[in-house]
Amino acid sequence: MDMETFSQDPSTTSKGKGKSYEVEYETLSQKLVEELMQADVEHISAIFGVDSATAALLLRHMDWNKDRLIDKFMDNASSVNVAAGVTPASPASSPGPDRSRRSTRTTTKSLKKAEPAPTPQPFVCPICFDDSQVETLALVCGHKFCTGCWGAYVSSKIREEGEHRIICMGENCSVVAPDPFILRALDDDAETAARFQELVVRNFVASNKNLKFCPFPSCTNTVSCPAAASRSTLTTIVPTVVCGADSRHKFCFGCPIEGDHRPVLCAVSKMWLQKCHDDSETANWIKSNTKECSKCQSTIEKNGGCNHMTCKKCKYEFCWVCMGPWVEHGTAWYSCNRFDDKAGVEARDAQSASRASLERYLHYYNRWANHEQSAKLSVELYVKTEKKMEEMQLTTDLTWIEVQFMKKAVDEVEKCRTTLKWTYAMAYYLAKGNEKELFEDNQRDLEKAVEDLSELLESPIEPENIPTLRQKVTDKAVYVSKRNQILLEDTAQGYLEDRWRWNVAVEGFD
Amino acid sequence: MSTVYTRRLSKELAEIQTETKPPIGIRLLKADDFETWIFEIEVLGDSLYRGERFGLKFRFDNSYPFSAPAVQFVVDSGMKAPVHPHVYTNGHICASILGDDWSPTLSVMAVCITIQSMLASCKRKELPEGNDTYVRTAPDNPKKTHFVYDDDTSPFPSNRV
Ligand SMILES: [Zn+2]
Ligand SMILES: [Zn+2]
Ligand SMILES: [Zn+2]
Ligand SMILES: [Zn+2]
Repeated sequence: MDMETFSQDPSTTSKGKGKSYEVEYETLSQKLVEELMQADVEHISAIFGVDSATAALLLRHMDWNKDRLIDKFMDNASSVNVAAGVTPASPASSPGPDRSRRSTRTTTKSLKKAEPAPTPQPFVCPICFDDSQVETLALVCGHKFCTGCWGAYVSSKIREEGEHRIICMGENCSVVAPDPFILRALDDDAETAARFQELVVRNFVASNKNLKFCPFPSCTNTVSCPAAASRSTLTTIVPTVVCGADSRHKFCFGCPIEGDHRPVLCAVSKMWLQKCHDDSETANWIKSNTKECSKCQSTIEKNGGCNHMTCKKCKYEFCWVCMGPWVEHGTAWYSCNRFDDKAGVEARDAQSASRASLERYLHYYNRWANHEQSAKLSVELYVKTEKKMEEMQLTTDLTWIEVQFMKKAVDEVEKCRTTLKWTYAMAYYLAKGNEKELFEDNQRDLEKAVEDLSELLESPIEPENIPTLRQKVTDKAVYVSKRNQILLEDTAQGYLEDRWRWNVAVEGFD
Repeated sequence: MSTVYTRRLSKELAEIQTETKPPIGIRLLKADDFETWIFEIEVLGDSLYRGERFGLKFRFDNSYPFSAPAVQFVVDSGMKAPVHPHVYTNGHICASILGDDWSPTLSVMAVCITIQSMLASCKRKELPEGNDTYVRTAPDNPKKTHFVYDDDTSPFPSNRV
């Protein structure tokens, strides 16, 4: 088995090997991203001679585009300061000379501006109307509110709205709270403060084309992949990355698809998923989990990932996908993956043309959906098998290591079924010709190898056959992994050589 | 936070009921608790809604006033939402003051007045673009909808979450 693809050394952050289907990238922890962010902040703070909290507001306002910020700031610093919420819109509207950020004094101002109080009155917070609150906070604009209200407001913005840009509570005021103010308002609410920090980091990452946040829930890692930062590179590479926090956090750097959509380009994957979405009702029946035996018509339920089916009643062996006899799949002319285009010849009128196009789509969709389903089923099956093997470990003298081979093989099957799934999307859009045939040869070889391994994984396990099974499974898994690499490598090379021709217009291709 | 919410609403209610009378055309119909208040809104003078009366419903939770109340027109008990380019037939309103532009210094009455003047300044009685689609898929609470405010053209709602 290809150990390179399994090992994840957590100490190294650089990923991506010399294979053309892999892209070079780095994974960054939130702390590392914060350091990058801080470097930008300090740079701007030094140039403009402002404190780092102000520099941070200015940078966030300009989406972290330092050059543009410097340009604009040199041109008109005060208008940039106002737009970024560093200073109030018009200095005249600032109430009074008291610009201190924090005041523990009670104010002499009453709520109703119309009646100036002749005698000092206690400060009444205009939000909570509580006159027992003596602690107040105000931003540079001087709009004063009690600390309790500031805390509740800042916390609500961060937690409910996921907002890091927190503007003053004063009516029509657009001054933005700098980070130290926010932390002070949150007082000792460390959880909300951490959420705020995460929102700030996300904003930084979103503004930087070289970076992408891991889309998996509650993961805070970032991937840096300059090789896939420009859209034009997405016509030659499929930038699949793993965030580093967890090997299951695999996603595409080039598009929003969560998971590995190799070997298919982002633009083509998007088209395919859109098509599946649009045609989902038409295609739904095909996803059904039960079918009839084509010989005796009894109902057959699929319960494993293997497509080699044997009818319990009549013992007829057939392929779950094409419902054809399995014998044919065992021979050299296994052709379950290729769409037989004879219907196209008969398509003389519009109606049969549209039927032919639906049939063509269903051919690819059926196989796409089946690999997806099979991948899930093999994992389910593995869970059962694992339990059985653990029991065996207790009753026999097999060691834990000796019963582990299944796990790696199941992982390999799952990975290759994902590749296979996407090869059907690829084949659907590939223009007919030599290149497509070669692609389908690779697809067929991988599919055949995966089906063989899948079948092996479903064979009954007895303590005495474990050593033999282990040898067979390990050998097959190595072969499957090799077929997968061949397919991915050839497709990736094809992109670099501009060898693939599409039957539709693909974004980025002429 | 919950003490702020009740103290604040008590204060607002006292002002509405006694201290300062609501502006003409705005009348409190129901405020039995701190969960739901209903106002009657009428546009007086020269307007497309002359003679029409609408119910404006406020729903609060303890995030008020730090987060906007959920505000919509009443569309049951014989009442209908006004035909307006920013009001859906399910009563939901696309107004920035109820979303991004909400500020804790605003109040229930400020919302009533804003909605009243939104109706008063209306030039064409027409439904928002995509009303049917929105109404079919809209969440019960209008705050769950993320409206894109586009001033005088039609709003483009999309469901959050
Ligand atoms: Zn207060
Ligand atoms: Zn202010
Ligand atoms: Zn992750
Ligand atoms: Zn992609």
